[in-house]
Amino acid sequence: MNHWIVAPIVLPAILAPFIIMVLRYHLDLQRIFSVAGVVGLLGIALTITAQAAGGDIHVYELGNWPAPFGIVLVLDRLSAMMVLLTALLALPVVLYAIASGWDERGDHFHPLFQFQLMGVCGAFLTGDAFNLFVFFEVLLIASYGLMTHGGGAVRLKAGVQYVTYNLLGSTLFLFALGTIYSVTGTLNMADLALRVAEIPPEDTALLRVGAVLLLLVFCIKAAVLPLHFWLPASYANAPLPVAALFAIMTKVGAYSILRVYTLAFGPDVPATEGLLGDWLQPAALLTLAVGSIGILGTRHIARMVAFCAIASMGTLLVAISLFDETATAAALYYVYHSTLATALLFLVADLVMQRRGGAISPRPPMPQNGLIAALFFVGAIAMAGMPPLSGFIGKLLVLDATRDAPDATAIWAVVLIGSFVTIVGLARAGSLIFWKSYDPSTQDDPAPEAETAPEDADPAPPPPPEPQPGLAFTSVFGLVMGLVLLTLFAGPALDYTRATAAQLFAPEQYISAVLGGDE
Amino acid sequence: MEALVASAVGVLTAAGIFLILRRRTFPVILGLSLLTYAVNVFLFATGRLAVNAPAVLNKYEQVPYTDPLPQALVLTAIVISFGMTAVIVMIALGAYLSAKDDHIDMAARDSVDGAGEDA
Repeated sequence: MNHWIVAPIVLPAILAPFIIMVLRYHLDLQRIFSVAGVVGLLGIALTITAQAAGGDIHVYELGNWPAPFGIVLVLDRLSAMMVLLTALLALPVVLYAIASGWDERGDHFHPLFQFQLMGVCGAFLTGDAFNLFVFFEVLLIASYGLMTHGGGAVRLKAGVQYVTYNLLGSTLFLFALGTIYSVTGTLNMADLALRVAEIPPEDTALLRVGAVLLLLVFCIKAAVLPLHFWLPASYANAPLPVAALFAIMTKVGAYSILRVYTLAFGPDVPATEGLLGDWLQPAALLTLAVGSIGILGTRHIARMVAFCAIASMGTLLVAISLFDETATAAALYYVYHSTLATALLFLVADLVMQRRGGAISPRPPMPQNGLIAALFFVGAIAMAGMPPLSGFIGKLLVLDATRDAPDATAIWAVVLIGSFVTIVGLARAGSLIFWKSYDPSTQDDPAPEAETAPEDADPAPPPPPEPQPGLAFTSVFGLVMGLVLLTLFAGPALDYTRATAAQLFAPEQYISAVLGGDE
Repeated sequence: MEALVASAVGVLTAAGIFLILRRRTFPVILGLSLLTYAVNVFLFATGRLAVNAPAVLNKYEQVPYTDPLPQALVLTAIVISFGMTAVIVMIALGAYLSAKDDHIDMAARDSVDGAGEDA
């Protein structure tokens, strides 16, 4: 058995308790171990991606229990590339959190960070639906701690909303799993695929209910439109490096949709035929539209980036909701781009907020204005999908893949107009923040400042420790480099995602690897 | 018995959803607890209801047995929901003590302008 598969879960799972129990009072050692853990995770992720790139599907039976009875971890191209993305995102974020001093504004940042990575990697690797629920909970519990890291009245209130919403999502997840189990008698995804295919079409009402409930849960995670209300307040009030890490969490929802609805409840399975595309595609288009309008309408930089995240999830799900190979290959390329670009914009927003506050209105100029403006410009170009960077390639691929879809006109219109509105919104924010000179005689600026400052400033946040701008900028440039490399090596990346999509839409290989792998 | 269990799940869920739509954190947390109870009973029933049956197979004779897997699932769900309720009680308490009110909504201007201003 290939023990590398379990390593991305075991490494953070061991490191986090070690940090919390042994290194509790040694911040420097915590930082060293946390960064070393993330570097190790990156190494593991590269190894397993290399293993999965060959096209084989590796199965890891936990406790050596054979597949439908025990829990399995499954490594295929999709899960490998998502684990790699997690590690690639985590490294700049943890470096930035250290450099900006965010990790010392409250206790236990690094253990929670490691637990979060454990949950995300586990969700990507597991081959069992109930185990997916458990890893969702692991990443959510860690995210509750990270989201309220540093405290403060507004952040805690946003935290209560976030936790409530996600607890409701977890309850719904359990209802969905219970319904599916009562119909099929299994929760192993490969086994589920076989059982669902055997169910006669006239006897599928309960199963369809379960499948739709499950879709609702994943849509909550992915912030698809009617279920997106938790995201702006949570991300904007979380510590922004944490929000940058959360860029991967919405993708966990998208990944789960892709995994479960290509494997078990596929579009050509008679039991669940036509269940998904009819609903998911309009919802995705609305998500994109509302996200773009939100970018234009908001008056706070952190909320603006949160709406960017919603809009990019919309674009991603438009491609996913087609459920064909070309569109999925485009979506997988766009996942990489969207995660890195969202994280980049969140980190730039944190740089801005550390220096001048987050309101999108003229303020006195801040130090390093030019450099931060340039980084914001790069991030905005990537997010809006303008030519030089990977966002352009990603959106082009999505549009190209939807060319033959029945609703191609609507999709093209929403994506293109949405991109235009995004450009306008980001340009407006950028020019107000970085270019508009401060005029003390204008009345509209000091008033909101005086109104918001006392509530936010008085309770918890200690004076920010002296930041290490060099390392902070290095980690932001790391994300920029990621985007540039994704653009330069778009060809090889696309080859990989095309092979991944082909593997996803041939689920027989997955099923036989999981269920027949006991010899 | 099926009707009893089904209506219990239904009543718990309805009460939980009603309470979640309240405006203060305390009823909302109570509602979440009721919902988790409902889902636990629901999960337990997904293996079909059987009275006085062991959760193990007997390989020597044909005796009725009850499905053990939902019981394991329920155990996991109980542990997780219990821990989660404790977490949200602590976060809500922190929010209440630092903001001096326990409304679940944020003040309107926070949602427009002042979000996360303390960074």
